[in-house]
Amino acid sequence: MQTELLTWLIPLPPLLAFGLIVLFAHRNNRISHALAIGAMALSWGLGMAVFWTAVTTEHLAEHPIASSIPWLPTGSSALRIGVFVDPLAAVTLFFVVWTCLAIFVYSVGYHNFGAARDPQDRPGLPPRAGGIDPMYARFFAFISLFAFGMLTLVVSDNLLTLFVGWEIMGLCSYLLIGFWYGKESAKRAMIKAFITTRVGDVFMLLGLAYLYSSTGTLSYREILFNHETLERLAGMPSVLGAGLSAAGLIGLLLFIGTVGKSAQWPLHVWLPDAMEGPTPVSAMIHAATMVSAGVYLIARFFPLITAGWQEGAALTPTMGIIAFIGAFTALFAATIALAQNDIKRVLAYSTISQLGYMVAAVGIGAFVAAAFHLVTHAFFKALLFLGSGSVIHGVEHGAHATHKHLDPNDMMNMGGLRTRQPLTFWTFLIGGLALSGFPILTAGFWSKDEILADAFANGRLIVFVTLALAAFLTAFYTMRQISLTFLGEPRSEAASHAQESRWTMTAPLIVLAVFAVGAGWAGIPEDFPGLGGLLPNWIHDFVGGTLQEHPAAAAFNPIPLLVSVVVALGGLLLGWFVYRRVQAGAPDPLSVALGRVYTLLQRKYYFDQLYDRLFVRPAYWFAEQFTYRWIDRGLIDGTLHAIAGFALRVGSFLRNSIDLPIVNGSGDLVGEGIKAAGRDFRVVQSGRVQLYLIVGIFFAGLLITYMLFLQ
Amino acid sequence: MIPLSWYLILAAALFCVGLFGVLARRNAVAILMGIELMLNAVNLNLLAFWRYLHSEQVSGQVFVIIVFAVAAAEAAVGLALIISIYRRRQTVAAEEIDMLKW
Amino acid sequence: MTVEQILFLITGAVTLIAAVMVVTSPRLVHAGLWLIMTLAGMAVLFVLLENGFLAVVQVAIYIDAIAILIIITVMLTRAVMRETEPQINRLWVLAGLGASTLFAGLMAIALQLGATAPASLAAVLEPEEGLELLGRSLVDVDAFILPFEVASVLLVAALIGAIVVAMVPRGGASPQDGR
Repeated sequence: MQTELLTWLIPLPPLLAFGLIVLFAHRNNRISHALAIGAMALSWGLGMAVFWTAVTTEHLAEHPIASSIPWLPTGSSALRIGVFVDPLAAVTLFFVVWTCLAIFVYSVGYHNFGAARDPQDRPGLPPRAGGIDPMYARFFAFISLFAFGMLTLVVSDNLLTLFVGWEIMGLCSYLLIGFWYGKESAKRAMIKAFITTRVGDVFMLLGLAYLYSSTGTLSYREILFNHETLERLAGMPSVLGAGLSAAGLIGLLLFIGTVGKSAQWPLHVWLPDAMEGPTPVSAMIHAATMVSAGVYLIARFFPLITAGWQEGAALTPTMGIIAFIGAFTALFAATIALAQNDIKRVLAYSTISQLGYMVAAVGIGAFVAAAFHLVTHAFFKALLFLGSGSVIHGVEHGAHATHKHLDPNDMMNMGGLRTRQPLTFWTFLIGGLALSGFPILTAGFWSKDEILADAFANGRLIVFVTLALAAFLTAFYTMRQISLTFLGEPRSEAASHAQESRWTMTAPLIVLAVFAVGAGWAGIPEDFPGLGGLLPNWIHDFVGGTLQEHPAAAAFNPIPLLVSVVVALGGLLLGWFVYRRVQAGAPDPLSVALGRVYTLLQRKYYFDQLYDRLFVRPAYWFAEQFTYRWIDRGLIDGTLHAIAGFALRVGSFLRNSIDLPIVNGSGDLVGEGIKAAGRDFRVVQSGRVQLYLIVGIFFAGLLITYMLFLQ
Repeated sequence: MIPLSWYLILAAALFCVGLFGVLARRNAVAILMGIELMLNAVNLNLLAFWRYLHSEQVSGQVFVIIVFAVAAAEAAVGLALIISIYRRRQTVAAEEIDMLKW
Repeated sequence: MTVEQILFLITGAVTLIAAVMVVTSPRLVHAGLWLIMTLAGMAVLFVLLENGFLAVVQVAIYIDAIAILIIITVMLTRAVMRETEPQINRLWVLAGLGASTLFAGLMAIALQLGATAPASLAAVLEPEEGLELLGRSLVDVDAFILPFEVASVLLVAALIGAIVVAMVPRGGASPQDGR
């Protein structure tokens, strides 16, 4: 009972912090960040408490920490919302609170707290020369709101509140990508991100509606843990026909939401542009948590996606699509990452690629592997992003010191930072090795290996080969990145004057590095040669318990292991070899080797241009021309103008043809007529008496004549 | 004896001449002269009737005397008016005294 | 044709011609003088009508007073009217027409009336008696005192009115001087 209450409370402190900062504290930077970090620390504490309770509960899946309240009255019953912590939610909660807290602390240093406000800095643009960001408090308000959204998503017990958290995070992502709204590129990126994820969200909402209409509920317990419901949905043909069951269609629609949110192909275009936001944003939202939410969704709905499927059987159409998209994206993004020079963009494509791994894992039915990789990836990707932020700060500082202006994100301007920023270097190296899957020592190895092993063991060879190839490329571009940034000699003056970052930035790096190394050891397979059995495969036992049927651990097979080790080490070595001595101004060795292919990769296969032609320009045309000009101005305004014109003409007609001539005219006629008559008759009054006399005599004569002669 | 109609015709002729003078003359004094002629014609008429029809009564004569008095009064006032108008407007042409004009 | 008739015709012709000259003379003084001749002719006609008293009254009032007054007025208002200007106004055609018509009508009536006149004249009273009767009747309460008094009131009013109307405006010079 106590734990349920704590679970309810987990999302609330950041929400309160958001409200307080926005309403009251936004003028004071210290209070703002204190509120935000304090709230996050409180959520971290609550989260850890709940996590501890979760891991120490026997068979958590059978009686998860859950409670719900009736919320929306719907006829005789009510839609219930509540909290639900099962093993999947517990491990997700774990990495979310750790990474968020680390990033909150990092943000203090990143936005130069403690430096004076540079009077030439304007809100909406990043600080030019190391002054504190003019919108410091706003940043903490937004990331607090974001933390609320993510935590709501993780602890919710039904699809509706999950969607609420999903959308809140979408909003915060929009706001934070465009945090520096003075930059045109940031403005474009924020809209691109929002609209692209919206596409996915529309389908997700369709899936949600379909699910509700099929089952009458959105609660996990009644759908995902209810065997009869799952079987019924699996047996029911969907509205699209008998080829796809209802469960499959719902799963597919929800998956499209994941494609949007986790930046899978074809909706991947927004994530690299989202690097316009400050680095903590990139780390938190676009590496560790928000994009992970997409994977969390399909992991959560794994029972629905795999309804009617048995292990070892052929993949259902939905699972096949998911596996294809995941594997394809993994390879696709890895190839693009090879040719990027911006340090953050390499990491962005890397994130897309790794999310592809997780998605592919869900697609082939490797639930535990997917969840495991989700957890480890969050840690080392956050670490890598924060490290890149530290590097960028160092280079900026160097640029400011040498009064030379250059792009601090460009790796071709870096080099030799190993000696200038040692702490950053070592933590970045750990993160990079984890990403590459360096054997044994790093967490990435264990989780990635698990996915490859599962793929191989279940005979999904296409997926296996694709993912292995992607792993090789991952190792290669990671080492490329490390070499270009840290090794060799500085290729610019700014790099040679770079400086290590403050403790608020480096301390989180260290914490995350620990996790990047250690988190993998919780998932060592039982029958791993040598190390297996020393530590229990806690991840498998714990997380596997989420599903109704505990998945069997795959038997150990040396081939995937070998492949994994070979690609990792091989990629790393090759990368180091090619890139360790790149001179300033020299072209990228890969561009020399690949030529036109390199350009294709660097231009991201021209997908942005393609979407621009296919969707963006028509949409703009539609909005501008069709809706605005033709319908709004032409049709609607035209109708109004026509009506007004008609009324005007009728009124004009009435006035000119009826009112003026007839009404006025008759009135005037009376007056004017009398006047005219007067004018015409008054000539009689000539004032000349003699004329009067003549007239008088004349009439007198007439009268006399009448009287005398005619009577 | 002289037939009554001769007197009457003469009076009528004088009257009409006077009338013509009143209507057709420009000078206001000339108009007044015409008026005197008309009054004289009236007097002649009255006396002619008195003599031929009621010569035993005095009322005819009294009538004529009253006409005399009235004519005199009227001539005096008329001439005074003419003089007054002459003073103000420097004209005695009846056409030019048209202040009653619209 | 008796002597009376011939006398009447001559006097009537003279009077008529003088009257015509009155209304057609371009020079007003001449017109005034012709007026005097007309009035004199009228006096003669009164005598023919056996009323000598009224003939004298005619001479005394009309000629001595009114005609003189007229002539004086003509002289007073002389400077304005150039005697070379036509003295007949534009309406003379209509006026002539009207006058002729009236004359014709009156003549017709006169002829009609004349036929009803008695063949012979009654005798008229002796002048002294007639005059005394006239005088008495003017002050007789049962007779004509009222018209008499009213006439005298009229004369007083005319007198005062004429004085007032023709008075020189106080403080203003007479506009007759040399203009």
